[in-house]
Amino acid sequence: MKIEVLGTGCAKCKALEEVAKEAISKLEGFHSVEKVEDIMKIMEYGVVSTPALVVDGEVKSTGKLLNVDEVLKILKN
Amino acid sequence: MWKEFVDYLTVELLGLSGRLNDAINFFIYDVIKIWFLLLSIVFVVSYLRTHFNTEYVRAYLQGKSEFAGNVLAALFGIITPFCSCSAIPLFLGFIQARIPLGVTFSFLISAPLNNEIAIAMLFGIFGWKITAIYIGFGLLVAIFGGYFIGRMKLEKYILLDVKPMEGELDEVKIKLSFKERVKEAKEYTLDIFRKIYLYVMIGVGVGAFIHGYIPADFIAKYAGGDNPFAVIIAVLMGIPMYSNAAGVMPLVEVLTSKGMLLGTALSFMMAVTALSLPEAMILKKILHIRLIGLFFGIVGLGIIGVGYLFNAIL
Repeated sequence: MKIEVLGTGCAKCKALEEVAKEAISKLEGFHSVEKVEDIMKIMEYGVVSTPALVVDGEVKSTGKLLNVDEVLKILKN
Repeated sequence: MWKEFVDYLTVELLGLSGRLNDAINFFIYDVIKIWFLLLSIVFVVSYLRTHFNTEYVRAYLQGKSEFAGNVLAALFGIITPFCSCSAIPLFLGFIQARIPLGVTFSFLISAPLNNEIAIAMLFGIFGWKITAIYIGFGLLVAIFGGYFIGRMKLEKYILLDVKPMEGELDEVKIKLSFKERVKEAKEYTLDIFRKIYLYVMIGVGVGAFIHGYIPADFIAKYAGGDNPFAVIIAVLMGIPMYSNAAGVMPLVEVLTSKGMLLGTALSFMMAVTALSLPEAMILKKILHIRLIGLFFGIVGLGIIGVGYLFNAIL
């Protein structure tokens, strides 16, 4: 899975990136976490409140800092 | 009932009296009351907001006529979350959806002004009437502030070139069950509470000290009706205090009980929440300083107007 964390650099966005990395380390298989800071790219996803979590191009959560369990739950669905 | 219990505690059990009793009684009474209201109001608001995220608001506002858009944007500002760190995506996202600049500003003024912490604090400290007046005038400032900014044709001051999108927005739909919503609201509430409970204690603590020890005429002399510039000074003082709304509001209560006029207090509280320096710094990356100046100027004047109007009526 390709996981993207959208955020312009605020503290919550960095925290969500860490959470996402921790979450994939608990999963089997190969997954990547990428931080997207380019505001124009964030716009393309239709996201207006950051941080947001995008899995394989689909927006799964916006405007909140999830914890590891929540990210795992999203990834397993 | 809560009042009687605290009276019993400080007078009967602790055997306090006089000024010391005033201060401690006031402290315990206020801290617990405000904590309770913070927890309950923030919980209700954050539950509601699981239904109305900012993406939803944007899709809803798209294509609304100008004035109706200003009114709706201001109303949505009450329940949607707002953190100044997401001011840029929010601003650009609205412009991208062809939402007029003025409507975007109505939202940008209302969201921090009517935030749940400020509302909970006001409700705990001043009761529902003042809270309703604050929200009502706050909405007016957001509606008309945004409207005037929209009339001034300032689009050229947006520094980034945002391509307006074609057609209608796809709604970003995130489905949650009732249980998940409650859980999310609970976690958000506790998170907020952990961040501000100490500020509430400090604010009320300093307030309790003033309440017990500083004479009323001292404050009335500087912040009361005799000083014609009180409202303006209050607004200027409110601008740098954004992050500490929870600590500042208990002080305002004491100042009003010691003779500061209510309009002055109202202006001050609105300046604390609506005019935030960190937000201005963030917006400076994408907006010309002139637009930010006008934004602060118009909102500031609106807030000052509310203060004088209120002082004149009461």
